[in-house]
Amino acid sequence: MVNPNDIKLWIEQGLERAQVDIEGDGQHFSAVIVCPDFSGKSRIQQHQMVYQALGERMKSQIHALSMRTLTPDQWAKEQGEDPE
Amino acid sequence: MTVQDRIKETIANNRIVLFMKGTPHFPQCGFSGRAVQILEACDAEFAAVDVLADMEIREGVKQFSSWPTVPQLYIDGEFIGGSDIVMEMYQSGELQQKLAGRPAA
Repeated sequence: MVNPNDIKLWIEQGLERAQVDIEGDGQHFSAVIVCPDFSGKSRIQQHQMVYQALGERMKSQIHALSMRTLTPDQWAKEQGEDPE
Repeated sequence: MTVQDRIKETIANNRIVLFMKGTPHFPQCGFSGRAVQILEACDAEFAAVDVLADMEIREGVKQFSSWPTVPQLYIDGEFIGGSDIVMEMYQSGELQQKLAGRPAA
């Protein structure tokens, strides 16, 4: 069974400057991925970059991965908007 | 006709196409179900293709869009995304514009 840290590692290996925050129950995972390489890319391209980082594992081991992809600016803005 | 041609033709013949697991009334996966609910919330008329009923399409559509998962939504021949992106676009209002055929601002 896949644990969230495996996925975090795989994504960070494939997308060097990515920061990944992930939860999951072994079957369903949800991740927030912040990466400067996302800037200027459409949402689809951003998600495809993550899928490429995960490669074949996306087909075999990961059944349900829901994700939000953000550039560092978007993340900072979002953090700024809802004070902890 | 290859599976890629079949997919192309389905997308060409229908303004809005959702490749999903199961059917709108009986979605077989949470993500597919969520995509159906969003389209219904927008009162969108769409063609649904059950990839579980056709394994060729199930694999073919992933190559077609180089996107490894289902559901997949297409509007006016353009690949919009999977369940996450459809949800984000619905929340931002972009999806409603695309469904109405107006280019997103």
